[in-house]
Amino acid sequence: MQPHDAPASFEGAPTHRLLKVVDGLSFALSDAPPERCAWLASKPDSAVPDLPWGAVLSGPGGPADAVVSAREADVDVPGTRRRNTGSSLRVRLAHAAAAAPGDVIELLPQRGRIRTRYRRGANANTLFATERCNSYCLMCSQPPRQVDDDWRVQDMLKVVALLDRHTPELGISGGEPTLLGDGLVEVLRACRDRLPDTPIHVLSNGRLFGTTGLAAAVGAVKHPHLTWGVPLYADVASVHDYVVQSAGAFEETMRGLLLMASHGLSIEIRVVLTAPTVARLPALAEFLYRHVPSAVHVAFMGLEPIGFALANRDPLWIDPDDMKGPLTQAVHHLANRGMTVSLYNLPLCVLPSELRPFARRSISDWKQRYLDACAGCAARSACAGFFEWVKPGWLPRGIRPLNETEVVEA
Amino acid sequence: MKFRPPEAFKPPAAAGYRLLPFRFGRLSSRPDEVLVTGDSGRFAFLSEADFLAFARHQLAPHSHLALDLEGLDLLHRGDGPIPLDRHAVAWRTRKAFVFEGPSLHLFVVSLRCHHSCQYCQVSRQPEGGAGFDMDEATARAAVDRLFESPARQLTVEFQGGEPLLAFDRIRGIVEDVGERNRTARRTITFVLASTLHGVTAEQLAFFREYRFELSTSLDGPETLHNLNRSLPTRDSYARTMAGVAAAREALGAEHVNALTTLTRASLTQPEAIVDHYVEQSFTSIFLRPLSPYGFAKRGLARQGYSTEEFLTFYRRALAHLIRRNLEGHAISEAYATVLLTSILTPFSHGYMDLRSPAGAGLGVLVYDHTGKVYPSDEARMLAAEGDERFCLGSVHEPYRDLMLSEPMQAILAAGLTEALPGCSDCAFQPYCGADPVDAYARQGDVHGYRPTSAFCARQTGMFELLFGYLREGDPDVLRVFQSWVQRRNPSEMRPERPEVFHAAA
Repeated sequence: MQPHDAPASFEGAPTHRLLKVVDGLSFALSDAPPERCAWLASKPDSAVPDLPWGAVLSGPGGPADAVVSAREADVDVPGTRRRNTGSSLRVRLAHAAAAAPGDVIELLPQRGRIRTRYRRGANANTLFATERCNSYCLMCSQPPRQVDDDWRVQDMLKVVALLDRHTPELGISGGEPTLLGDGLVEVLRACRDRLPDTPIHVLSNGRLFGTTGLAAAVGAVKHPHLTWGVPLYADVASVHDYVVQSAGAFEETMRGLLLMASHGLSIEIRVVLTAPTVARLPALAEFLYRHVPSAVHVAFMGLEPIGFALANRDPLWIDPDDMKGPLTQAVHHLANRGMTVSLYNLPLCVLPSELRPFARRSISDWKQRYLDACAGCAARSACAGFFEWVKPGWLPRGIRPLNETEVVEA
Repeated sequence: MKFRPPEAFKPPAAAGYRLLPFRFGRLSSRPDEVLVTGDSGRFAFLSEADFLAFARHQLAPHSHLALDLEGLDLLHRGDGPIPLDRHAVAWRTRKAFVFEGPSLHLFVVSLRCHHSCQYCQVSRQPEGGAGFDMDEATARAAVDRLFESPARQLTVEFQGGEPLLAFDRIRGIVEDVGERNRTARRTITFVLASTLHGVTAEQLAFFREYRFELSTSLDGPETLHNLNRSLPTRDSYARTMAGVAAAREALGAEHVNALTTLTRASLTQPEAIVDHYVEQSFTSIFLRPLSPYGFAKRGLARQGYSTEEFLTFYRRALAHLIRRNLEGHAISEAYATVLLTSILTPFSHGYMDLRSPAGAGLGVLVYDHTGKVYPSDEARMLAAEGDERFCLGSVHEPYRDLMLSEPMQAILAAGLTEALPGCSDCAFQPYCGADPVDAYARQGDVHGYRPTSAFCARQTGMFELLFGYLREGDPDVLRVFQSWVQRRNPSEMRPERPEVFHAAA
């Protein structure tokens, strides 16, 4: 999930900024030392095992002192060195739901907040690699900043070290993660070693794969479940370069894709649906089949009304109803050729029925919602719905509840 | 935060565009349009005026047509470097077979056969004849050569004559191959080309164990089949269908295929032949014209026909096949599927006779029962007629010597359509292939001579037919074609749109 802050009050100073939230069971199953864990007290006055916790968390209510008194340990973990000193750091959460066992949190005592860096059970968890980017896409949801944030490599490594070994999946995003160069390779290596069964999905514009030796370096990691989501917006350079606002980007990305494929990297192509790119979608579909036939997935994605997109609504916005011709053609073209195709971020009701089987419930839990007009819709559980921050001017025409028959078709 | 307009990313109009390598031609059915094909197989139909403007660098660089042609890899706008790597990779993908080495290995285990077909290509010998079976030493040496080939995926095909007459030899070879593959670790497919007459339960159990693909001959309805394929008992059809039924039962229907050989008598009944295959639940049919070898060469006067007669037949058969597919019967034509795979996908096809460089020797090796090694079935057939010029050597010589032999060098020198006169500038070149052995057999010259080449006439006719369908763009026909190429059922296919195939609309 996206970094998500919650208010908290602090007593004491943290030794480690990143901690894994544990209770008795999750601590017993975890290999993190207590110094790297935040003990989550179920009730403000419940007993806290006598271990050198990185912090002790508790929910609201009851006097803070009640938490403090360390008692006899009620868990006994072999190999853990017992100390008599409990944690000197107490963190009181304003909302009990802000942390749960298995989460990884970051402590921000100066700001009186904790930040959830990993949420166990969420449908999407992402490591944020960098704020920098070598493109400047018209619709960027995470506008880049030219800052020195190489420290994020160590930060990601620390988070990875605290993750559950059975983490179901993990994303890496930015910014442009490949700007970290060898640092990114190091993170991927750490993922391979600590989370060998966890599929990793990295979002990258692929340009540096075309101009550096990155493909060979990543190929050498031999990560068993690594996929690269690479955007490509047209079959011709001028249209793609305009959308990403970078002359020469198309050829770099294409070259990058070829090198990635030749080093055995798994590629997903991501096509954000915008007004300048819709007309050439069928040509793009054939271009992808001809030049990147090894792509494991092609995702066509509705525009996210946030970041730069807000400033560029007029050149970018196109109603789903106005793109259904070329979009349907492109989707069918790829599907007929045996490629896996998905539609992201598009509500089922505004899609022609023949496209509904391709639509996925793609929007992460924490930023997804439905509208008043969705009341009574039989397809809600299968529908991407809308971004939390959707606003007038970004709503498709024809939003309506679907009936049971239409749900079966989807 | 400053964004630049679309114009800022277009190449300067003054820089114009450069042409990427292309060939062109006109379909006889659409003489007012030009078919333009690129090296990597992408293509466009252009009006005469658009084509001339394109070729003369007179298209407006920012026109829709110029954009379409850029996306099709036919031109490159602006004065920046041409993305050669992308074109090289596309070309390499289509020629991937070159990196593999011979993958198809034909074992002629016996020349004996119970049939006496007029059109027999292989000069079969009577069932009781002696000295026409492969001996054990030859078989073992052939398996040595098989594993010397660098190809990771190997197909071992047993041919005859009627290979079932030498079933013990087949079993010996298969077990030898299986044993050695425990360490060699190749992916191996076994194929048997047989009439399936009198195939026994024991034989079928063996084929099932080793996951054989069976290929048999079925020329169409009973009367036609019995006319073409003579047995003293005149019941070839009944015996074939009994074999097919038993084989389907044992191996599963998808592992039993059939091909037709077309005689003059066949040419009058394309619909009946197709319908017969549909009735018998085959999912593919290979409408194969007579080849100029063996007994067929002698029988040509009685059974033969011109290329134009074949094409007339083929057009009717293909139209009928498309109809039957649209009625819900999934059945593809094998040769059209090969050509369409080349036209509509970025990949090469597995068909040896239509490769450039030639499939002969580079893709196929034939081990004759005599112990001689040939680069193709056709070369063996020529040898059976007394012309040994394409014999690569003996099965007891190492792979390297066979591949460096003089006949191989002659085949390679004449085996590139990119360089052959009459091929190098043909619009269909990216989809066609060179077969120097066939050219020699028909025209007495490994290079062939296109203006009088029956092979070229047939290929041109087939390409005209298929591109005609693509240009016409009936979505249903496109859907059927795509189902053949993707080896899927037409009913699973979503609508195909014709606009993708041409920039002219």
